[in-house]
Amino acid sequence: MPQYDSSSSPLGRLVAESLTGQISRREIMRRGMALGLSAPVIGMIISAQTRNAMAQEATPAGQEPGWSIVVPEGLRTDLNGARVRAVIAPAADPDRPWQEAAIRKFNEATGAAAEFVPGEQSATDRLATYNQQLGAQSPDNDVYQIDIIWPGIVAQHAVDLSPALSELATLHFPALVENNTVNGALVGMPWYTDAGLLYYRSDLLEEYGFENPPETWAELEEQAQAIQDGESADNSSFRGFVWQGNAYEGLTCDALEWQFSNGGGRIIEPDGTITVNNPQAIAAFERARGWVGTISPEDVTTFDEPLSLNAFAPGNAAFMRNWPYAYSVTQAPDSPLVGKVGVTQLPMGDGEGATHAATLGGWQLMVSKYSPNQEAAIEFVKYMCSPELEKSFTIERSHSPTIGSVYDDPEVVETQEFLARLKPVFEGGAVARPSTVTADLYNSASIAYHTRVNQVLTGQTDAAAAAAEIEAELQDIMSELGY
Amino acid sequence: MATTTAARPVIAGTSMVSGTRQWTLGKILNRVLFWILVVVIIFYTVFPFVWAVISSIKPNAELFSTPVDYWPDQINLTFYRFVLDNGDFLRALRNSVIVSVSTVVISLALGSLAAYALGRLKFRGRTPVLYLILSMTMFPQIAILGSLYQMITTLGLFDRLPALIIAYLTFTLPFTVWVLTNFFKAMPGELEEAALVDGATPFQAFARILLPLAAPGLVTTGLLAFIAAWNEYLYALTFTQTRARTVQPAIASFTGNTQFELPWGNILAASVLVTLPLVILVLVFQRKILAGLTAGAVKG
Amino acid sequence: MTQRVAAAPLPQPAKRGRSVDLPQTGWVKARERLAWLLVAPSVLVVALVALYPLFQSVRLSFTNARFGSARPVQYVGVDNYVRLFNDNTFISALGHTVTFTVVSVAIETVLGIVIALIINSNFTGRGVVRTSMLIPWAIPTVVSSQLWRFMYNQDNGVINDVLVNRLGVLSSPVAWIANATTSLPAIIAVDVWKTTPFMALLLLAGLQIIPGDVYEASTIDGANKWQQFWQITLPLLKPALLVALIFRTLDAFRVFDVVFVLKGAALDTITLAIYARQTMIDEQWLGRGSAASVVIFLCIALLVIVYSRLVRVEET
Repeated sequence: MPQYDSSSSPLGRLVAESLTGQISRREIMRRGMALGLSAPVIGMIISAQTRNAMAQEATPAGQEPGWSIVVPEGLRTDLNGARVRAVIAPAADPDRPWQEAAIRKFNEATGAAAEFVPGEQSATDRLATYNQQLGAQSPDNDVYQIDIIWPGIVAQHAVDLSPALSELATLHFPALVENNTVNGALVGMPWYTDAGLLYYRSDLLEEYGFENPPETWAELEEQAQAIQDGESADNSSFRGFVWQGNAYEGLTCDALEWQFSNGGGRIIEPDGTITVNNPQAIAAFERARGWVGTISPEDVTTFDEPLSLNAFAPGNAAFMRNWPYAYSVTQAPDSPLVGKVGVTQLPMGDGEGATHAATLGGWQLMVSKYSPNQEAAIEFVKYMCSPELEKSFTIERSHSPTIGSVYDDPEVVETQEFLARLKPVFEGGAVARPSTVTADLYNSASIAYHTRVNQVLTGQTDAAAAAAEIEAELQDIMSELGY
Repeated sequence: MATTTAARPVIAGTSMVSGTRQWTLGKILNRVLFWILVVVIIFYTVFPFVWAVISSIKPNAELFSTPVDYWPDQINLTFYRFVLDNGDFLRALRNSVIVSVSTVVISLALGSLAAYALGRLKFRGRTPVLYLILSMTMFPQIAILGSLYQMITTLGLFDRLPALIIAYLTFTLPFTVWVLTNFFKAMPGELEEAALVDGATPFQAFARILLPLAAPGLVTTGLLAFIAAWNEYLYALTFTQTRARTVQPAIASFTGNTQFELPWGNILAASVLVTLPLVILVLVFQRKILAGLTAGAVKG
Repeated sequence: MTQRVAAAPLPQPAKRGRSVDLPQTGWVKARERLAWLLVAPSVLVVALVALYPLFQSVRLSFTNARFGSARPVQYVGVDNYVRLFNDNTFISALGHTVTFTVVSVAIETVLGIVIALIINSNFTGRGVVRTSMLIPWAIPTVVSSQLWRFMYNQDNGVINDVLVNRLGVLSSPVAWIANATTSLPAIIAVDVWKTTPFMALLLLAGLQIIPGDVYEASTIDGANKWQQFWQITLPLLKPALLVALIFRTLDAFRVFDVVFVLKGAALDTITLAIYARQTMIDEQWLGRGSAASVVIFLCIALLVIVYSRLVRVEET
């Protein structure tokens, strides 16, 4: 049973009482509004309470994975043992039982013979394996789970899903469907999604007198510095802000957030314009450089998601940028941070056109052109990406669905309040990486970007020079594509 | 065979041939230095592994705690339980054993034959052959990956153990040939000549006399080749999927609760389990490794 | 037998390892046939398994092929090679790889000899040393690299903890891996830890070939340990040293795992193998990546030739 300091401030009391389940949700809302808290913050308190309550309950006894799956209507029943090999979760992934249950129900309903095929854990390994198989036109696997940045790369191997599934596509978030459409063909149906978020220690914010989490990067720096100064007296490894600074795809996500939130553009706009070598983007990189060694550890330039979480989860950081998955990790029963973590949008910059930014992540399902069972495979995709299945996936496995209506579903709101609150982020607020406009050269563009940003962070180049270099390389790449 | 005489430590001051020891200050210092060196070596080589073992029995929350915990507060065996309960992992262990042993056996068999020829028979084309065999290993793995994959799929060997065995021969065979060639070259010719004079065929001379003498070399090479095959990751990842998966990609595929988590406890436990057979192998074979090639057979 | 030892206190390697002369000279052809028969299986394996991929690599390096792509492939001459040498990242990778190879192989060779000599000697507890010595080599690289990553961690890593808090050697923790100046040395240190056992074992095998009577003879002649080392041990170790150096250099030049796990594709430590993989697999430039691989191959070939000249192995 987690311990809470009884705090003398009204906010503290509200949080403490909500977490110990003493007050109802309506009461939280009422008191929260009376205190002048913003809606997202109230939502966070509510979701923290729900999370806490769930963490203390054991999984309802006897509930098999897949218990919440409702098979959608209108599936074909004439699939006659058609094989569908779907490369999805990794072999030892906790998602696997649910996915296998979903596959079983699919087979029962349609008469097909769908199979679970484990995919690689690391995204780069996964893509390499896909390219290997698809490049060899292998008919071994029918359905592939693809990352949000891969449609441009695998489009040439994918069946266009729009003739068969255009109606289903209208249910999903338009931004995602657009991201997955290459030259008019729908390469992958959105399955579940992700966005970058700002995690903060609500207890520390309160202790150091900050009413609200930061709205701008400048505020974040102020808060992080104050908390770090205070905490490092007792805890020499305490840091203000941890994020992902290693030279890999994750840094592309973080840096895109920095520059976009400062009005610096999306790296490459959908029409092919390169927006990296401008004052706002450069200022954003310089700001991030300033964090290294001050409010962020020097090591942050080697951090990926697990390492940044490893800094935050034992209680050694005040702020963290990470994906939604991190929340449930910090609220696991044996975590020291139960009830002390809040989540909000990432801060915005102060340049012209500044806004809150969150890089879009997530996974889609594609059908291989070389599959001998395309019809069955398409039916499988229609099933997995249906509102019913996405709802079950959300409820049981805490993934963010890609269908707007699922967020409003009462059962989802009840059990996954935290995720339900993220709907606006996915609907319009998140920014996608320029993977669609760069087609199959996206990885080259991303590498050109994140290796140079990493050099800025480690102090090996200055931001202006790096931005110019990035622009030059991206220009090369875009001209290869005919821009 | 008489007892072997291994080379003695090359440290000034210790008498070797005679039985008496003269203890001067210099000699004591040298002895002390020697022992310090030994301790440092043991500590240096073993500490990270010990660290891994300790970490693998720590409770999850303690893995990254500060200040650094050198001893777990409580012993936690859940990671080991997870790994051992995992049917996929156990099968991967079995696959690794099969692949590594097969690779080593084939390499030693083919390699010792070739090494005998290259080390003891004079023939034209000897040097080019040596370097040709070496050239297999001079390309980065990634370069031959694509073509190997093509070959393997054409032969229908995808996700089958022979695919890995074939791929691993590209680095174990050259290595075996080169090391054993040296061994055979260094053997005294008198042995063979004696055998041939007695009426044995060259092959019998090879199999009955030279091969047993080369045992330490075979064991050393075999062990190093085994470890190389056991620890290989890239080919194992690319040429297998489920049935023929070996331990390295299996460990890499351990996931935490999401794609972003690396379950350190499980990974460390698996690594400890995976390293133990190698340690045991060494313990079993260490006498063989150090059996001298010399003396007994030659001294009259 | 004893005759020979007394007559030549420093035995010629050639004498000991000379090739067999089969009794009748008419058997020269037979000997050659036998030799080729014995060598054939190995050569066959090479030809079947490796030659095709090698030629493919070279061929692809002159094209604009894309990995996993159905795009038609065209020959582009030496375009890819020109591009390589104009690419700063490639040049950096070349520099890092050469530095890494030279430094780590040098350290590992020296340490390897020392450890081999120690293991070769008789003392209580040598079994422990023999076994413990192999452990770094036995742990999977991916895992040991991650282990060291944690140990190098600035805030809660063991190394900083010991150096700063327990021994007081450093005033504040160093970000060994993140800091661009210390990153390559730190990575080299990990590799030295991991691979010295390999060198030591190979050199130990080489030491075993040297007969003890040689040392006895030279001691009788009055040579001390140091002289024995330089005049007997080292020369007789040359063949084994050559093999160890070649294979260790081969591996060092193609280093991937330890650098990638610790630093990804960061530009301050990128190596040729990482560059090649990134270009070929992540960026899918199969042609350009193959060109990089061919360059790696040529560099290694050059090194092998240099070694063979320096550590002259007697041809008999």
